[in-house]
Amino acid sequence: MATTSTPAPKVNRLGLPILDYRGGKTTLCAGCGHNAISERIIDAFYEMGVQPERIMKLSGIGCSSKSPAYFLSRSHSFNSVHGRMPAVATGALLANKTMQAIGVSGDGDTASIGMGQFVHLMRRNLPLIYIIEDNGVYGLTKGQFSATADLGSKLKTGVINDLPAIDTCSLAIQLGATFVGRSFSGDKKQLLAMLKAAIAHKGTVMLDVISPCVTFNDHEGSTKSYKYMQEHEEAINEIGFVPHFEDIAVDYEEGTSYDVRMHDGSQLRLRKLREDYNPTDRVTAVKQLMEAHEKGEVLTGIFYLDTEKPSFTDMLNTVDEPLATLPEERTRPSKQVLDEIMARMQ
Amino acid sequence: MATGDVALGNPEPSTGTNSDLSGRKPVINDFSIQVATVNGSGSQSANSILLRSIFGMGIPVSGKNLFPSNIAGLPTWYTIRASKNGYVARKKDIDIVVAMNAETAKDDILSLPTGGVAVYEASFALEQYRSDVTCYPVPFDKLTAAVCPEARLRKLVKNMIYVGVVAKIIGLDMKAVEKALRKQFAKKQKAADLNWAAVEAGYNYASETFTKQDPFVLEPMHATDGKIIIDGNAACALGALFAGVTVVTWYPITPSSSVVESLIDLLKKYRIEPDGKASFAVVQAEDELAAVGMVLGAGWAGARSMTATSGPGISLMAEFAGLGYWAELPGVIFDIQRVGPSTGLPTRTAQADLLSIAYLSHGDTKHVMLLPGSVKECYEFSAAAFDLTERLQTPVFVVSDLDLGMNNWMSEPFEYPTKPLDRGKVLTAEDLTRLGGFARYKDVDGDAIPYRTLPGTDHPQAAYFTRGSGHNEKALYTEKPDDYQNMMERLDRKFETARTLVPAPVVVANGTSKIGILAFGTSDFAITESRDQLKNEYQFDTDYLRIRAFPFSKEVQDFVASHERVYVVEQNRDAQLLSLLKLDLPAGETLKLRSIRHYNGLPIDARSVTDELVLQEGI
Repeated sequence: MATTSTPAPKVNRLGLPILDYRGGKTTLCAGCGHNAISERIIDAFYEMGVQPERIMKLSGIGCSSKSPAYFLSRSHSFNSVHGRMPAVATGALLANKTMQAIGVSGDGDTASIGMGQFVHLMRRNLPLIYIIEDNGVYGLTKGQFSATADLGSKLKTGVINDLPAIDTCSLAIQLGATFVGRSFSGDKKQLLAMLKAAIAHKGTVMLDVISPCVTFNDHEGSTKSYKYMQEHEEAINEIGFVPHFEDIAVDYEEGTSYDVRMHDGSQLRLRKLREDYNPTDRVTAVKQLMEAHEKGEVLTGIFYLDTEKPSFTDMLNTVDEPLATLPEERTRPSKQVLDEIMARMQ
Repeated sequence: MATGDVALGNPEPSTGTNSDLSGRKPVINDFSIQVATVNGSGSQSANSILLRSIFGMGIPVSGKNLFPSNIAGLPTWYTIRASKNGYVARKKDIDIVVAMNAETAKDDILSLPTGGVAVYEASFALEQYRSDVTCYPVPFDKLTAAVCPEARLRKLVKNMIYVGVVAKIIGLDMKAVEKALRKQFAKKQKAADLNWAAVEAGYNYASETFTKQDPFVLEPMHATDGKIIIDGNAACALGALFAGVTVVTWYPITPSSSVVESLIDLLKKYRIEPDGKASFAVVQAEDELAAVGMVLGAGWAGARSMTATSGPGISLMAEFAGLGYWAELPGVIFDIQRVGPSTGLPTRTAQADLLSIAYLSHGDTKHVMLLPGSVKECYEFSAAAFDLTERLQTPVFVVSDLDLGMNNWMSEPFEYPTKPLDRGKVLTAEDLTRLGGFARYKDVDGDAIPYRTLPGTDHPQAAYFTRGSGHNEKALYTEKPDDYQNMMERLDRKFETARTLVPAPVVVANGTSKIGILAFGTSDFAITESRDQLKNEYQFDTDYLRIRAFPFSKEVQDFVASHERVYVVEQNRDAQLLSLLKLDLPAGETLKLRSIRHYNGLPIDARSVTDELVLQEGI
C-alpha cells in the first residue's frame, strides 16, 4: 500500500518556520512597496535565525509606521507618535540593550516632523536598524509632497514640487551613522542582503528604501514610482552576505570587492560596480550621492560602513544585563549610603 | 529693583552715618538679611557661609536666592531669615540689607522699613537717603586689598568681608562661621585660609569702627540639632537614587537642571559596580520631546525611568504625555515650576503648571501629580513616584517649584525606605505558561490596572502591540465605539484607584474652627506662619489641609464639607488648584471655596496671606 507523508515545514536554524516571523494581514494598498519591505524583513530575520521574542519593532506615524503590524507578531511592538520613534527606541534600548531593535519610519515621519530626532539618532550610533519606507508623499493624508520628493517631481494632481529633496543617506553619513544604504522595495535580492547585513551590524543602520505609493505617487512625473526606479536605479555595489553560521567561503572575483567582517562574525562582501568606490570613506560616499542626484540617478547599495565605532549602548558602559530587570540589591544603595549622605549635610 | 515689598514715602536725606536708634528692645533670633550683589560675583559661597553659621548656632534659618536670568552682571539678591519660631517662609520685610551692588544700592536701602540696618560699600554714601535706619558703611575694596594681594581674586574675597562685618554686628559665633567656611572650602586649604582672613578683616573692622546701634542679635539655640540642610532638587535626586532609577534622560532647563546634575553625581558615586560598569544610563537628549520619549520607551521596556523639566518642557511633552496615559506607560517626570507663560520669568518661582499638567495633551487625559511641600517630601515623593508609576502604568509627575528646588532648607534627616520596590503587574514567561496567555489591557483584578509583559520575555504569547491609536483589551487595533468607550472608562476607574494610592493630605484641625485653609507645595511655610498670625493678632482660628497629590484623596472633600468657608491659597493668577477642586468636589461644596493668590515671582509670604484673609473675612 502506498503511503503519503506531509513534508515537514521548512525551518530555520532555531527550528522555527517562517510562519513564526509573519505578522497580521496588511491593511495597506495592494501593491504598496511597504508590503514588499515587510516581506523582506520577515525573510531576513527568519534566515538569520533571530528569536522573534528578542526583537523590538518600533515606528512613528504614517502608512510606513503601520507596517510593524505586518511582520514579527511574536515581537514586542511600539507604534509611537509622529516623528518621535527614535526617542522611544533609544529609551527601550537603554532599558534593555540585549534586544535587537528595528524601527520603521517614513519620509514624512523622518524628514519633516521627525528630522530633529532623526539627526540625533544618527549621531548617537544607537544599535537600531532604521528603515525609511520612502515614497516621497504623505499617504494617510491623501497625497501631499514629503521632504524627500525631488525638485520638479509631480503629484497626481499635477502640482510640481518646487523644493529640493532632503537626501537622508547623505545626511546620515555626515551625522555618524555607521551603516548607510539605499535600496528599492522591488529589488528583492539586494534588499534582503542588506537587511541580513543590517541584522549583523552593531550600530545605527540607516536604510532608505524607495517604496512606491501606488495610490498617490506611481504616475508619470513621479521620481518615486516603480517605472522611474526601474529606469533610474544605479547600484554602486552588489551585496553578498554570508551569515556567521554558514560556510563563509565566498566566490567573488578578487580585486573588485570589499570584504567586511561583521560584529557577529558574518561576512559582507561589497562587489564594486563603480570604480574607486570605498564604503569606508564618507567623503566619497557623499560626493557620489550628490553627483548621482545631479544626473538623475538613484544610487542603491551600501554607501558607508564602519564596524569599528562603538555603539551608543557600548559607550554608556552599562552592566551586561538589561537595566530593566536588575534586582533591587543592585539598584537601591544601602542604608549606610543614606546615613553617610545625611551626615555630610548636617 | 528692590526685592522687599515695603512701600516707603520719600524719606528725608541724612548726612549722618548712624541714626540714633540705641535703647531699642533687642530683636533676638527673628530677622531677615538681604545681600544684594552682582550676578557672577561669587557671592554664593559667602551667603551660604552666613546661612550655615546661623544654622550652626542652632537657630532655625532659611535662605532664598533671588537671581536674574543672566550669567553675569545683573543684580542678584540672597535673603536669609533667622526665626526662633522656625518660620522659614519668605519674610515680607527685610531687616538688614547688605548693599554690594552700586546699581541697586539706593533702592536696596530704600526698601528697608524704619529701624532697619544697612551695611554697604562706604563710597556709595547711602546714609544720605535714610535717616531712619542704622548705617554701617564699610570700605570693602581697601579691606580686601589688604588681605588679598592677588588682584584677580579680590572680587571673590570681597564678599567674605561682609560675612565678617555682619558676623560682628549680629553676634554670629565666629567658631560657627569658621566651621561653615572650612566645610565650604573643604578641598581647598589655600582658598579657605584666604577667605577666612577676609572674614576676620571684616569682623575686626566692624569691631574697631562701629558701636552697635541696631536691635538685631543672635543667641545660640538648639533648634537645629540633628537637622540637615539640602535643596529640593538634590532631595528629589536622592529619592530617585533610592528608588533604584535606571534610566535618566533630560534636557537642561532652569530650575530643574540640578535634579539631574545632582543625580548624576550620586549615580557615579554609588551605582558603579565592582567591574566598573554602570547600573544606570543617563542621556542628555536633544530636547524635551526626546527626553520624555526616551523615558516612556524605557518604561515600556521595563526600566525605572525619569526626566526633569520645567514649564516650557512640560508644554513640549504634551504629545507624549497623552501617549503615556493612553498606552499606559510608566515614567516619572519632575516639573520644577517657574514663572510662565512662555519664557516668563525663568528664575522666579510659581505654582502655575498645575492645570496644564493635570490634563496635559489632547483628548480626555488625566495625570497623577505628587505635590511635595518640603525637601523631605521631595525625597519621599520622588521615591514614591517610581512605585506609583509602575503600579499604575501611567506617567507620574512630581511637581515641585523653584523656591523648593533651588533654595536650601533645613530638614529632619531622610529615612531609608522600609518597603521593597513595587515593580507593578508584570507577567513572566512562567506566568504566561501557567495562564495560557494574557490580554494586555484587561481589568483582571477589578482595580482597572491591567497586566503587562516586558520585551524580551521568552514566551510566544508575551508580545503585544503598544500604540497611540484605538485598541481593545488584547491591544489589537480597533475603531469600534464600544472598545474605545470601555478603554476610556477603565482608565477613568484607574484614576479612582490612584486616588487611594497617592499620598493623603496633611490635616491640621482643632475641631472647632469654621474656617479652613487649603494649599499645596511651598505655600505651606507661609500658611503655617499666617495661621499663627491670625490666631495671635486677631484671635482667629483656622484649620488647615495641605493637598499632597492629584487626584485628590477623599479627605479633601471631607475637609471642605466640614467647614463653612475654605480659603484656597496658591501661587498663580488663575486659581488653578481651586479650578481643579471645582471639577472634583460636589457642586454644593464648591460654593464654600474662596481664593487667595500670590503671583509676582517671589515666594509667597505669611503677611500677604494674613492680610488677604482678614480682608475677605472682614475681621
